[in-house]
Amino acid sequence: MGATHGHNATAAKLAPQVRMTDKPYAPSEKEAQVRFQISNLNFFYGAKQAVFGLNLQIPKNKVTALIGPSGCGKSTFLRTLNRMNETIRNTRVVGEIMLDGQDILQMDVVGLRRRVGMVFQRPNPFPKSIYDNVAYGLRINGYKGRLDEHVEHSLRRAALWEEVKDYLHKSAFALSGGQQQRLCIARALAVDPEVLLLDEPCSALDPVTTAKIEELMFHLKDSCTMAIVTHNMQQAARASDFTAFMLDGKLIEHSETSKLFTTPQDPRTEAYITGRFG
Amino acid sequence: MKRVLLIWRKSLNIVMLTLTGVAAFAVVSVLFLILGYLIFNGWRSLNWDFFTQLPKPVGEAGGGMANAIVGSLKLLFLAAILGLPIGLIGGVYLAEFGGKTFAFITRYTADLLNGVPSIVIGIFAYALFVLPVKHFSAFSGGVALAIMVIPITLRSTEEFLRAVPNSLREGAMALGASKWKTIATVILPAARGGIITGMLLALARVAGETAPLLFTAFGNRFWSPGWSQPIASLPRMIYDYAIAPYDDWHRQAWAAGLVLLGLVLIANIGTRLVLSRGGGGRSA
Amino acid sequence: MSSTATTIEQAVPPKAGPRAFAKRLRDGDEIAHLITLLFAASILLITSLLVYELWVNSKQSRAAFGWGFFTKVVWDPISGDFGAAPFIYGTLVTAVVSLAIALPLGLAAAIFLAELAPRQLSDGIAFLIDLLAAVPSVIYGLLGIFIVVPLMRTTVGPLLIHTVGNVPGIGKFFKGPNYGVGFLTAGVVLAIMIVPFIISVSREVLLTVPREQREAALGLGATRWEATWKVVVPWARTGIMGSVFLALARALGETMAVTMVIGNDPKIAASLFAPGYTIAAVIANEFSEATGDLYLAALIELGLVLFLMTFILNGLARILIVATERGGGHPS
Repeated sequence: MGATHGHNATAAKLAPQVRMTDKPYAPSEKEAQVRFQISNLNFFYGAKQAVFGLNLQIPKNKVTALIGPSGCGKSTFLRTLNRMNETIRNTRVVGEIMLDGQDILQMDVVGLRRRVGMVFQRPNPFPKSIYDNVAYGLRINGYKGRLDEHVEHSLRRAALWEEVKDYLHKSAFALSGGQQQRLCIARALAVDPEVLLLDEPCSALDPVTTAKIEELMFHLKDSCTMAIVTHNMQQAARASDFTAFMLDGKLIEHSETSKLFTTPQDPRTEAYITGRFG
Repeated sequence: MKRVLLIWRKSLNIVMLTLTGVAAFAVVSVLFLILGYLIFNGWRSLNWDFFTQLPKPVGEAGGGMANAIVGSLKLLFLAAILGLPIGLIGGVYLAEFGGKTFAFITRYTADLLNGVPSIVIGIFAYALFVLPVKHFSAFSGGVALAIMVIPITLRSTEEFLRAVPNSLREGAMALGASKWKTIATVILPAARGGIITGMLLALARVAGETAPLLFTAFGNRFWSPGWSQPIASLPRMIYDYAIAPYDDWHRQAWAAGLVLLGLVLIANIGTRLVLSRGGGGRSA
Repeated sequence: MSSTATTIEQAVPPKAGPRAFAKRLRDGDEIAHLITLLFAASILLITSLLVYELWVNSKQSRAAFGWGFFTKVVWDPISGDFGAAPFIYGTLVTAVVSLAIALPLGLAAAIFLAELAPRQLSDGIAFLIDLLAAVPSVIYGLLGIFIVVPLMRTTVGPLLIHTVGNVPGIGKFFKGPNYGVGFLTAGVVLAIMIVPFIISVSREVLLTVPREQREAALGLGATRWEATWKVVVPWARTGIMGSVFLALARALGETMAVTMVIGNDPKIAASLFAPGYTIAAVIANEFSEATGDLYLAALIELGLVLFLMTFILNGLARILIVATERGGGHPS
């Protein structure tokens, strides 16, 4: 799915310095509800600013892709959504991030992370059994119900159940890379998050596994809102409903995926998706 | 002239390189010499009495070192319960919570404490626990050994915790685990093998120490109930018997030396084998 | 001007930091932080207390003898006159002798292991040498008494006396009556004990020298030995120095093995075959029988001296070894 050349006439008249971030793309009420509302987000690593005045909405039960060249701040931004950046020293968040109307910066972070799960770039299963990996989140959050059923349910949602159902007590490291990543997805899903953040989840995986994961993302949409950072534009085009393009810490353009890739409004977006840089 | 120089250089090369091989060989031979001599002399002196009997009065032949074996175990036990937890939890601090300056100072101090001669540690334990009550005790000896165990355990725990990849920490925190829960349920279990071997090595090291016990636990030719009496220990017995003029005591010193060395080597070899099989979480 | 590119001055940081949530689940974390910190801090407490006790309990001796303590050659418990000189002398002499033996031997062995031996052999031997380092001091003493001492008395001693003893200059160190015990014997036993440290640290340091260095030298036509001695070893020089300091610190503090073979005579003598005394040895032998507070204080003051010596040496050693790891071997 490639981008067509040339932008529409309106875009051509816009001076380059007009920031699209002034007017966040807002799907109309009947189209989608909003899960995350990000207003005026600025992020600092010490004295260095990495994200500048970001305004964005992440619609409910849809997949939003974040694309942009290396170092544009998309991973940093993603990690603010579950406050993972707080594990790094000297970081500062300025702005508002509302999850279903509540400011996540005022929330209890542990509770937040149960509602907003994360899958990382490299699979990072714990050195425990497959079962214990999936059950981990449940156990530490004091879940008292039937673990076995829940573990199976999560593994099914991650499209891994059939492959591991007879080996639940084997070490997670016995799995292949792609299976480990799906295990991490199952583990994240086990606590029933409302949002799942995926930080380049397929970059270390082969195309077949990547396709499997994209497929399971499609099926997960009904129960889970997703935001995925990806370097792979084809993946963004295939797997997402909305796409946001970032550059140098700023949000340049955000719209429905099909629109962004066929008729990008900003010349920089077009330059990126046609491969002129990044 | 050039040719002579070349021959000289080449000969020098061979000679020096051979010498290095000889040196390495010599050092290794010393190890085998020690072991061999010890095994030879110690083995024929080892008998059932050694493990079960108390020492006989001076001058009489026979007897054993049962009290010294038990004594050493008692001292090690005290050293373990006093020193290991401090080293472990302190190591957790350094690896997981430490700020820059304080952690640096603590680490440095641990290394320095590690390098303090064990006899000085003995003086310290003496000043704290023997001087005020004016008698030697097993407790003071155990404390002296505990003080030696702490820095070793601290540094090795820290090292193995650091070796656990950060991706595991992030994975746990992303699931909503607080920091201490992450440490308790993911990090410590992952580093478990290495930490335990570090502890065993620390204990093996202090098991052979004599100097700090000389004026704390002192020594005892009988059983030592409780913790406030002087107590016998294997290294102390070896020392006393070796410098004494009785042949029978020399024989027993060899036997004790063999037992002590055997235990220390088993602990060292065993733990290293476990570590190299990846039980320490170093690979990953 | 569009407001989105917020400048830093305009932004009002919300209470987003962790402090605001200290009341809730984070309390677990704060408590854990505090507890682990206390345990770690206990090391600082122990070390400070150690220095304090040494200082306080040696007060009587320091007051009685002052700085002269370090130069007095007398050690007379009966009349209560104590001086540290014989022990400092003995400690230093045995340490120097042990280094003189262990350093060339250890460095040569380390070179062999790092440069010449195939990796598996090198690892295997390094493992065995680490085991040597784990052997308790008292066992070295045992072997010292029953092997080294007789050997020194019957074979090595006479040999040295008749050969080196006749060389002008250093000959005076190798004369005199030879009972088997003494500075030389202690030095030999110490050498066996510290050589593993020199080998293992030097070997590791040599292994970190980048192979481009060796290859550059060989490419210029140097022999293996020349490349090693003139390029690789100098590169690792700082780390090797560090290993020497570490070994030295160890030698200074060694107690049991030395006590068993040094002869326990608080005298300064030129001959290496003469019996002597070290700080650690005199404390080991006389501490539990010290009568009188001054006697004890003098011994404790000796302990303080020993502590300071090893403290400084260990500190220097760490700096040197860290410097090699960081600076890649460039001489500071």
